[in-house]
Amino acid sequence: MKIAVFGATSAIAQAACRIWAGRGAEFLLAGRSADRLEAVKGDLTVHGAQTVVVCCCDLSDTSRHAEIIEQGERAIGPFDLVLIAYGTLPDQALAETDFLQAQNAINTNFLSVVSLLTELAKRMETRHSGTLAVISSVAGDRGRQSNYVYGAAKGGLSIYLAGLRNRLFHKGVKVLTIKPGFVDTPMTAAIKKGPLFVKPAVLGAGIVRAVDRGSDVAYLPWFWMPIMWIIRSIPEGVFKRMRL
Amino acid sequence: MDDYQSWGRYPQVTQSVLGFNWRGDKLPTLSGKSILAQGFCRSYGDSCLNENNVVLSTRALDRMIAFDPASGVLRCESGVSLEQILNLAVPQGWFLPVTPGTKFVSVGGAIANDVHGKNHHRAGTFGRHVRAFELLRSDGSRRVCSERSDGGLYAATIGGLGLTGVITWAEIQLRPILNPFIEMESIKFRSLEEFFQISADSDRNFEYTVAWLDCVSSGSAFGRGIFMRGNHSRSENDKTRKIPGRQKLVVPLDFPAWALNRLSVKAFNTLYYGKQVAREKKSSVYYDPFFYPLDAVLQWNRIYGKNGLVQFQCVVPVQGGHQAIREILATIVASGQASFLAVLKEFGAISSPGILSFPRPGVTLCLDFAMRGERTLALLQRLDQMVAQAGGAMYPAKDALMRAENFKSYYPRWAEFAEYVDSQISSSFWRRVSR
Ligand SMILES: Cc1cc2nc3c(=O)[nH]c(=O)nc-3n(C[C@H](O)[C@H](O)[C@H](O)COP(=O)(O)OP(=O)(O)OC[C@H]3O[C@@H](n4cnc5c(N)ncnc54)[C@H](O)[C@@H]3O)c2cc1C
Ligand SMILES: NC(=O)c1ccc[n+]([C@@H]2O[C@H](COP(=O)([O-])OP(=O)(O)OC[C@H]3O[C@@H](n4cnc5c(N)ncnc54)[C@H](OP(=O)(O)O)[C@@H]3O)[C@@H](O)[C@H]2O)c1
Repeated sequence: MKIAVFGATSAIAQAACRIWAGRGAEFLLAGRSADRLEAVKGDLTVHGAQTVVVCCCDLSDTSRHAEIIEQGERAIGPFDLVLIAYGTLPDQALAETDFLQAQNAINTNFLSVVSLLTELAKRMETRHSGTLAVISSVAGDRGRQSNYVYGAAKGGLSIYLAGLRNRLFHKGVKVLTIKPGFVDTPMTAAIKKGPLFVKPAVLGAGIVRAVDRGSDVAYLPWFWMPIMWIIRSIPEGVFKRMRL
Repeated sequence: MDDYQSWGRYPQVTQSVLGFNWRGDKLPTLSGKSILAQGFCRSYGDSCLNENNVVLSTRALDRMIAFDPASGVLRCESGVSLEQILNLAVPQGWFLPVTPGTKFVSVGGAIANDVHGKNHHRAGTFGRHVRAFELLRSDGSRRVCSERSDGGLYAATIGGLGLTGVITWAEIQLRPILNPFIEMESIKFRSLEEFFQISADSDRNFEYTVAWLDCVSSGSAFGRGIFMRGNHSRSENDKTRKIPGRQKLVVPLDFPAWALNRLSVKAFNTLYYGKQVAREKKSSVYYDPFFYPLDAVLQWNRIYGKNGLVQFQCVVPVQGGHQAIREILATIVASGQASFLAVLKEFGAISSPGILSFPRPGVTLCLDFAMRGERTLALLQRLDQMVAQAGGAMYPAKDALMRAENFKSYYPRWAEFAEYVDSQISSSFWRRVSR
């Protein structure tokens, strides 16, 4: 299996890739730090990856996306599976008063992903095969005062993915929306860990399972599905009074 | 509940936690605060804690770097767990050269406590199998230490309690196995004399030896237990034998304090000893239940409730006779405070490379005490004194209250070691024993 990973240094992505490496996958790893990509490459190679090609780039810069994908497919062959995992968690308080903060968060978490997906969808569509697995978030299911800038970017992404899935279904291409809850990764280092936090390995196994099953939307761990169902069902008049 | 406290949950401290996630990262610079690398917090007392200061968690530093299945040499980051190593190496015919009683410890933690296992008499400590490691110091320097290069720092870091720098990666020599099964025997013994007899008989022919000891019963049952010994299976048939699946249990909450009382512990000991009817029993088992029986119950430390537990592990010499260990055991039995997890083993004579390593020739006894305040502390202080008088040593990985002066007698080379301690690194344990 040929797998392209955008944001390959993400803790969640690494956990999933380890499992695919054990199955002898071939990888294109894209991320913005050469040292870190090398560290991930070494790990996946020991775990059984056949080939690992790295590509060092800032993924929020959309101007290079087409070229990166072109070169990546030339290096390892047409992608069977793409995992888009990069993201940033902005400081909500700063983003409330400084538009630039909000803009950057929305650009990285939403717009730049749309750019990658546009290019990837074109290619997979003509091949009538492939899976696009993209990490969104439960935070995108409803806007909350503590996290709505990030939530809006992920919410926009989830809606975009639903539409893309609808379109590509008819072309034989699968689109998987991954919605993690709380995961103990560098991104959440500053957040106090409650009982709902899980280790990246749990997410990795969940992503691999969802891809294997050909799922459309995967809440990970599963218990976030009923939790988010309840959160979405609260009437807005009540919800706006809550402190969430 | 992952709150970066130690396994015994005593003492509990306030400290900040930062992640050390990539081996190329710099150490954080903090004004006026010290740092301490922290692995999986499987140390019981305060050696992995840094009260009012900072711990650097290595849990995301868990990548493999290189593995040569022909020679069994593995290079990995220091936050890699022994479980990860087993998952990678066992299917390729390799095993840990030394393993403690849980696989949920990091390579960095295994080096920093120079851990030992059931094969100490054969293989010595974990540190003996560490060919090299990289040490990141607070001045920003990175040194690759081995016996040959930077030998002083190498010897100080093995068993060095995290105080000499942060280990970023290490290279370990694994040992070959034919299959993942262990041929084991268990033998009941009725007294300490019998234990020493069986132990002496077993050391020659068995790679792994350890005993479970009843620390509750007195009178004619004093010193009884079950001796377990084993070897890696050499049977060709075991290569294709089915690997048993294992169910994991989790203790989701702290048990109430009354759940473990004298009666329940006594009942456990009687049942456990009585469970094996025959004096000798042979079986062939998968490595996991043989080495890691407790790992089947995740977070078992919560059985002790929110007050936690304190562990006690000492080693005392046996050349002059068994009087010291007998008296220590008698004191424990008389206190009525022991719990059901007590382990007895004879260490061998293979010396450790570490300046501060704990294992040394003698017999080691290890057990838990539910933390019941003053009377538990008083008992442990008394035991600490007895160990010091016997010319033995207590194990920092399991300790929350050895006296500073006793530490210095247990580890006579401590001043030589102190020369290697990084000026920006400290721990609750170190402040307690080095004052
Ligand atoms: C059920 C159980 C059974 C056990 N059985 C045994 C046994 O049979 N034999 C034995 O010897 N021990 C045993 N132990 C103790 C355990 O093996 C040690 O405490 C081990 O060091 C824990 O490793 P850790 O990764 O949890 O490290 P921690 O407990 O988090 O830290 C231990 C020490 O390692 C240092 N450290 C961690 N990472 C680094 C790094 N990257 N660089 C520098 N320093 C670092 C810390 O500063 C600290 O001093 C047992 C523990 C349990 C819970
Ligand atoms: N952790 C959670 O609780 C949680 C919950 C829901 C959703 N998610 C989502 O899960 C995904 C993975 O996050 P994680 O939890 O694994 O955190 P992580 O380990 O911090 O991963 C985030 C990754 O994104 C990369 N990145 C950020 N901006 C980039 C850019 N412009 N170009 C290239 N790479 C960039 C980072 O690269 P560097 O290593 O170079 O910094 C980092 O590897 C993210 O999309 C996140 O939003 C996480």
